[in-house]
Amino acid sequence: MASTLQLRRKASRRAQGLSFNSNRPAWKEPASPLYNTIKGLIIGGITLTIVIPILLVVSTSLADDKQLIAAGGFVLWPTNPTFAAYEAIFSGEFMFRALGVSAFITAVGTFLALFTTITMAYATSRPVLFGRPVLLLVLFTLLFAPGLIPMFLMVKQLGLLNTLWSLILPSAFAAFNFVVMRSFFMNIPTELIEAARIDGASDFMILRKIVLPLSKAVIAVVGLFYAVGFWNAFFNAVLYINDQTLYPVQLVLRNYVVQGGSMAEAIGVATTPPPQSMQMAIVVVALVPILVVYPFLQKHFNKGVITGAVKG
Amino acid sequence: MSQMQQELEEELAVTAAAPEKPKGRKARARAKKGKAPLTHDGLPVRQVTWQARMRRDKQMLLMMIPGVLFLALFFYIPILGNVIAFQDYQPFLGIGGSDWVGMQNFVDLYFNPDFWVAFRNTIVLALWQLLFFFPVPLGLALVVDSLISTKIRRWFQSLVYLPHFLSWVLVIALFQQVLGGAGLVNNTLRDFGLDTIPFMTNPDTFPLLATIQLIWKECGWAMIIFLASLAAIDGSLYEAAAADGAGRWRRMWHITLPGLRSIIVLLLILRIGDILSVGFEQFLLQHDAVGPGAAEVLDTFTYFAGVVGGGWSVGAAAGLAKGIVAALLIWGANSLAHRMGEPGIFQKKVS
Repeated sequence: MASTLQLRRKASRRAQGLSFNSNRPAWKEPASPLYNTIKGLIIGGITLTIVIPILLVVSTSLADDKQLIAAGGFVLWPTNPTFAAYEAIFSGEFMFRALGVSAFITAVGTFLALFTTITMAYATSRPVLFGRPVLLLVLFTLLFAPGLIPMFLMVKQLGLLNTLWSLILPSAFAAFNFVVMRSFFMNIPTELIEAARIDGASDFMILRKIVLPLSKAVIAVVGLFYAVGFWNAFFNAVLYINDQTLYPVQLVLRNYVVQGGSMAEAIGVATTPPPQSMQMAIVVVALVPILVVYPFLQKHFNKGVITGAVKG
Repeated sequence: MSQMQQELEEELAVTAAAPEKPKGRKARARAKKGKAPLTHDGLPVRQVTWQARMRRDKQMLLMMIPGVLFLALFFYIPILGNVIAFQDYQPFLGIGGSDWVGMQNFVDLYFNPDFWVAFRNTIVLALWQLLFFFPVPLGLALVVDSLISTKIRRWFQSLVYLPHFLSWVLVIALFQQVLGGAGLVNNTLRDFGLDTIPFMTNPDTFPLLATIQLIWKECGWAMIIFLASLAAIDGSLYEAAAADGAGRWRRMWHITLPGLRSIIVLLLILRIGDILSVGFEQFLLQHDAVGPGAAEVLDTFTYFAGVVGGGWSVGAAAGLAKGIVAALLIWGANSLAHRMGEPGIFQKKVS
């Protein structure tokens, strides 16, 4: 908020031909070079620690044989970019199948999770019969966790072991996302709902025609949280999946990059590109969907959706 | 409790309750009704039977079914499954057929040195996180908040939030490529004829490595909540302080930090309540590289003892013990937050 003092100061500066740094409030002393240097170092340093590993991985996956050998395994910029590593990892069915599994889990899981979260959040956001006890049932999950072994036994009992549903159903609802969604629904004015009710709309109709169109932003954010969660899910796959053909991308990443298993066997190709760049190519395959979705997600962060939920 | 004390308490209870006790069933019901909220269509509550409410809220109740079904299948029934901690569970006999052994599994756990290694590692890692991770987002938020150019600010924010959305597998893979035995740093050291440094495999420095990984992944995201509270501080306070001659450090000490006090206390208490959960995937992934001596935490102990080793009951006992202690700690931390006048996560009255 620009104060009058600030505006006047800005105007006088402009008159003197000194119209720079106009965002600084009038009462704030100009930054000294020392502070600016320290701040610049912090900001720049953090930027580099995030950018360099990602750049390293992408570049190495694209680098050709000769450059890799000359550079000793890693390059920060590919001089002759080649897609040989990607062709190699996608030459067998293996990687395609892993991508398909991850895409399926992410799409179906996000849809189901949004469905349970939206219906549950809307039903408990209005004072209805059983609303309070059901809400307490949900909030209790924030306090206690059933534990890994009982969960495993339950999934086994339901016959979900070694099926894709074991990666979807146990994560099809998250109390945190429920709280975000519900606190948004509670801020929708009662008058709107009342008016629709008088016009004869049922609860389903109100949810579909009034509440959902008003909640596009929060649905986008929660949906993307779920999608990222499903894409990144790793431990559930370790726990519930033995069958190699059902491996999601994260598990492939663990087995062939983190643990350094031999990819040539699994994929069934003689390794023409160096294993290093093939490993990097798998990392990039796991990374790219997040990088693609991220800008959309990012747009909503500062709207207070997340912090609003934390305040309760 | 002594007789006198009991009498005194009874008397106090009577005097406290006496003035507002309405006479008769109808009056009590009306008093209760006066406090009741509006119905979900915004009309005042009329006297309706629960059958009528059920008919009215039929569709809302239908909407609760998928969520309640989920909670039953993947939360409340598995909680009951914890009874195997008191059994000698055999998968082919099932819960119904296995023998009951009372507290034997917990006794076994108490005499199991591996469990105590996992317990010690958990506490050590939690303390590292508390001391060295917790202040970082706060400091970073202060730096970001002091950036004047909105362009740089927005750009930097989007960049530091990114690692939060990468999976732990990906983060460990990236760390390996930079710091691992065949990674960028060690390759460079080798080129210069220097000794390599086993960043990723040295059990002694593992808490440091784990904390750095956590900072890399989460410190930007953890900063959001501090930035939100910084934005909520009234700007005119700064202006007034500056007019009175307070410099930047004075303003930070007397305005910024008091403004953040409540959120810092809240997050600190929550973190302490959650101290037994240091993270799971991060340690499972590095379990082999560093060895269980440093990377075994309570959660991975449960996994390896139960699912991998087949000691279902012992694993469940470890998980249950951890779950109960953690729930008590969270609850205690929350009460402490209430006592200090902070809202906490679970308000007394959930609105």
